[in-house]
This record gives sequence, structure tokens and C-alpha cells, in this order.
Amino acid sequence: MTRYRSWGYLPDVEQQAHVPQWREDTPALLRHAPQHGATRLAFGAGRSYGDSCLNSQGELIDTRSLARFIHFDRQQGLLCAEPGVTLAQILAVIVPAGWFLPVSPGTSHATLGGAIANDVHGKNHHRDGTFGRFVRSLQLLRSSGELLDCSREQNDGLFAATIGGLGLTGLVVQATIQLIPIASSEMDVQVRLFRGLDEFLALSAQFKAECRYTVAWLDCAASGPEFARGVFLAANHAADGPLEAAAGHSRLAVPFSLPKWTLNRWSVAAFNTVYFNRHRLLDGKRLRQHYQTFFYPLDAIHQWNRIYGSGGFYQYQFVVPLAARDALESILTRIVDSGMGSFLAVLKQFGDIDSPGMLSFPRPGLCLALDFANRGSRTERLLQDIDDTVMAAGGAAYPAKDRLMRAEAFARYFPRQEEFSAWVDPHFSSDFWRRVHG
Amino acid sequence: MDEPVAAQAAGTAVILGATSALGQAVARQLAGRGQPLILVARDDTKLAAVEADLQARGTTVRSVVADLDDTDRHAGLVEDWSAAADFYVFYGSLPDQDAAEADWSVAARALHTNFLSAASLLTHIANLCEQRKSGRIVVVTSVAGDRGRQSNYVYGTAKGALSLFCQGLRNRLSKSDVTLTTVKPGFIDTPMTAGVPKKPAVLWATPERVASDIVKARDKGRDVVYSPWFWRIILFIVCAVPERIFKKLSM
Repeated sequence: MTRYRSWGYLPDVEQQAHVPQWREDTPALLRHAPQHGATRLAFGAGRSYGDSCLNSQGELIDTRSLARFIHFDRQQGLLCAEPGVTLAQILAVIVPAGWFLPVSPGTSHATLGGAIANDVHGKNHHRDGTFGRFVRSLQLLRSSGELLDCSREQNDGLFAATIGGLGLTGLVVQATIQLIPIASSEMDVQVRLFRGLDEFLALSAQFKAECRYTVAWLDCAASGPEFARGVFLAANHAADGPLEAAAGHSRLAVPFSLPKWTLNRWSVAAFNTVYFNRHRLLDGKRLRQHYQTFFYPLDAIHQWNRIYGSGGFYQYQFVVPLAARDALESILTRIVDSGMGSFLAVLKQFGDIDSPGMLSFPRPGLCLALDFANRGSRTERLLQDIDDTVMAAGGAAYPAKDRLMRAEAFARYFPRQEEFSAWVDPHFSSDFWRRVHG
Repeated sequence: MDEPVAAQAAGTAVILGATSALGQAVARQLAGRGQPLILVARDDTKLAAVEADLQARGTTVRSVVADLDDTDRHAGLVEDWSAAADFYVFYGSLPDQDAAEADWSVAARALHTNFLSAASLLTHIANLCEQRKSGRIVVVTSVAGDRGRQSNYVYGTAKGALSLFCQGLRNRLSKSDVTLTTVKPGFIDTPMTAGVPKKPAVLWATPERVASDIVKARDKGRDVVYSPWFWRIILFIVCAVPERIFKKLSM
């Protein structure tokens, strides 16, 4: 029995886990029925915030040793690897060869399996869509022992269910992804300050044609004239420069969980003000950044989730259609008024490119992601309240970040969930699935 | 059989026991530096998976399927690697102590694999390196070899004997500009220790952590290295306990 937890530090469960060392051993592992009919779930790097990666009533298949590269076609930019390889390890190999991940989530410590299971999105959704669009094929192992090749041409139903399928369709033992070519490991970044959603939308429209990547950091502590102020970043891969992978080891670390009072209305407001003012100097400027700084700023702080203390935290990420932007503003107002928001709020605009998975989260609209320190029932009430608004606005919340989604909300957010549940492996489950589906 | 790889670029590292957790972890670090590798292991399927992984990481790799328990093959194998620069000895097995006590053949096998076969290989490797006056050898033994204790003395004996053998070789080879590093890991979380309860958790290291220490030690040409570093202190204390007290303990 080992302790497993997700990034939000809640829950923290002791689980029975298997750690297969070799791909070839996995069919026997899955065929061997677990005790008491317990279900299974693959576990990658545990970078999901909630309980979609945990299975407290069953067993986990820890993929940390199924982390080998299988083949890297340097000419075509096709990479085949085992599910436990992290995105950082992939970048270390592909960047010097002039390739990059087609879609990057906020952390490079997530695994290939995790990126597929959550059909992750990045700062280039308007231009490239989700990670699943770049998965050429995958090999899925079911609890029957069957090993199935899945792609858009073969077993396409299972393929669409597995992308964004939160690991519920079985164990992915290998996957092939298409990479994008780059000329440099540096990014050409432009910075613009903004105040208010209207300015954000204008910047989004302005930059979406010329820049592959756009994102905004939003201040959820500022009120009055500074309400909804933020920093908008638009970037492209630089046309020239070195091809150097990131250094690897981060020096900064949060060595232990900080006391709960560290993060409060005033410290957050203070931090955000400093952050916003520092970026004033960069307003309108163009800079060069290493891809690591642009895509994965938080990876530099090892175990940053400890800032929230041992009580853990909630992260909530939602999307609402563009037409419902008032809903977003009203949610933001409620967060500012509550004083419970934290500094890490990310605002993006999703484009029209269809997501390939049945349970994929990204869809056209405005997407906001932020953390809330766990203040118990006060936080839960605020989140339920926000959830109600999102539902009423025809939006959706992101399972990778979620711990509170109710069955009714799940059914509304994911209209293809009935179709999806037909593909779920009978011997696989998760805490998330049991909560939203039963 | 393929022609010998003597013609292969110098600077190659030979990994003996390439499918072990430590072997894979070190091979990955060396591949990251672009060092050509020769991988040696018994299981061809596993070896193929490791080879594919390292090749994707951007280095040239050659695999040799061999059961290193077969000491008759050692001379021929080492001759094939005569141009290699570095030799890493990782393979081993952890016998069940109780079974080894009850049945000598279990103990004998453990002593053969962990000590005798390694000593045989090292004899050939040492002769090669001494003759050409170059080479770096890294041998993984164990803290278990520092003192005999009731819970694992069969394994401890094999590793202890190997540490002593390496010490003698180090003395001999220093006259020929060849370094031999003995690495003594404490508890490592690998398939070999799957059956051992991982308590206290703080004492258990990952293969990646130990691999890092191994590569650094090789680079610096260190003599004896404990991994992680705190085991040196623990073993200093363990070895300092007088025998009349130690023999009564249940370690």
C-alpha cells in the first residue's frame, strides 16, 4: 500500500498499486483478477488536481516505469512512446532535433498518458485545437487482456472514447504523436496590459492571426477600476536561435506545506499588484524567452502546490460560450468579492476547432482557470455557486481540475457521456467516475 | 555471430545488466550525453525495449544478449569490447535469505551471480584496461557488504567479497591510470526489492537518484561512494558497534 495523491493534495489515499516494469508484462497483470473485484486505473504523474486520477476503492496501475521511448522519426516528427514518459522528457529529446510538442498544458511534468486521458489543451487552441488531434494512434490494453490498436481508421469509437477518457477505457501501453517543427527553442513574446474583458477580447482578436500562442494572466483580487485587469501574452516560436532543451532540475522549491494563513485576501492582492506593476514596464514590448519560461513558468517552483498548505486547494476551470461573457464577469465579481481567489488565474479564448474526444473539455468560448485555498464549506459553496452559473450559461467544467462535479452537472457538460460510458472498461473506474456516474 | 565491435568508436560505455532498474537509469543519463553504449543482458525482448528507448534519446546503441553467469563466455565478450572506454557492472540478484539458509544451492547461486561471475568479468576487464593503460570501471556493490548481519548475510557476503576484490583491483590498476569506482547503494526502490517493505520511506532512493550519483562518481574518478551520501554515516555507526553487542541484535 502506498500513498497516492493528486496535485490538489486532496484526497490523500493509501492505495494498492502495481508498478509494471515492462510493456510485455501488462496483459498478464490486467488479466489477473484483482482481489474482491476491485477496479483499476492507470496513474501517471498525478498532475490532475482532483480525483480523476485516483481510485480509492480499487487499485492503481502506476506507469512510472512504463516510461520508454519506442521510436522517434526525426525526419517526420513522429514519436512513439510508453505512457509514463513525461512531456519534459519528450522535450529533452525532441527539441535538439528541431521538434516541439504540438499542444502543451501548463506543466511539463504531466505524462503522455495523462495528456491523452485529459485531451489537454494549451495556449494555441484557437490555432491547433487539443492534444488528441495530434495523436496518430495508440495501443489500448483492456482488462480482458485484449490489446487493441486504435486510431481514426481503426477502432475509431474506442479511440474517440480514450482521448479525454480519463483512463476509464483501459491502459494505454503506447501512443504515437505528431510533433511540430521548430527552428529555435526560444519564443518571440509580446506583452500587453489590459483592464476589463472588452480589452481582453480585443487583444485576442488582434493577435490570433499572427500569433500561434495567446494567453492572459488575470488578477482575481483587484476590484473597482482595476477589476479584471491582466497581462496578455502573444507568442510564436522564434525564427532563429539555439535549439536547447530546458535545464531540467529546478533550484527553487517549496520545501514543506506553508501555514494556511500565508495565502489570504491581502497577501494575494499584494502579490497580484506587484505582478501587474512589474509587467507595466513590459507593456507593448517584445521579448525573447526560452520555451520553458513561456510554457511552464510554474514548473520552476518544485512542489508549488505546497503554498496552499497541507489542507490543499481546489482548482476550478470552466468555459462559457462567448455569448455568455456576462456570466464570466459575474463569476469574476463573485470571486473578487469573496476574497477567496488566489493569484493563479488564467484566461484564454478557445477557438472553433473540434475536440476529438467524447469527454473533451475544450469548446468555443472563454475559459478561466483558478485556484482556491481550501477554506472548507465556504469554498465549496462558492464553487457550487459558480458551477450553477456555468451550467445555466451552457458552459462546462474541466474534469482534470475537478473534485466537486455533481452527476447532473456532468451530464450537462458532456452531452456524449452516454455514448462514452459504453466504452468504459468494466474493470476500470475512478473516484471521479463513481461520483459523476455512479 | 557478428564481427567484433572492436572497431566501434572509442568512448563507448558497456552496461553489464542493462535491463536492471539501475542499468536503465544510468544508460539514460549517459545517452543524454550522447555516449555510445553497449548493453548486455539475458532477456532479448527487454533488451530490445531498452535499446529502442536509448536510440530514440539520440545515441548509438548495440545490444549483446548474454547470461553473465556463464563465466566461460567472459573472455570472448570482453575481447569484443576492447575499444570501450567505460565499464559498468550492475547485474545482480537478491536471494531469499531464509531459502538460502535452508538450501545451500540457493546460496551458492547467489554467490556465483553476485560475486564469482562479477569477479571473473572484472578480471578480464582489468587485464584489458591495464594493458592499454586506460579505462574507467564502475562496480555496484552494496552497503550490505560492509557488515554481516542475520537478515541478509548471503547477499552481504557476495557484495562484500566483490567490494574487497574491487579494492584490490583498484590498488593494482592505479599504476596503469585506470580508475575503479565502487558504488555502495543503500535501499533502492526497484523490482529487485519489490518484496521488501519500504519503511522507513525516507531511506529509500529512486534508481534515478542513485544513477545520478554513479555518473558523477565516475566523472570524478571517485574510489568508494555511498549512495545516497548519508549511508556512509549509517554504515560508519553500524560498523563501529562491537561484535559482542552486534551479534545479539536483530538487524
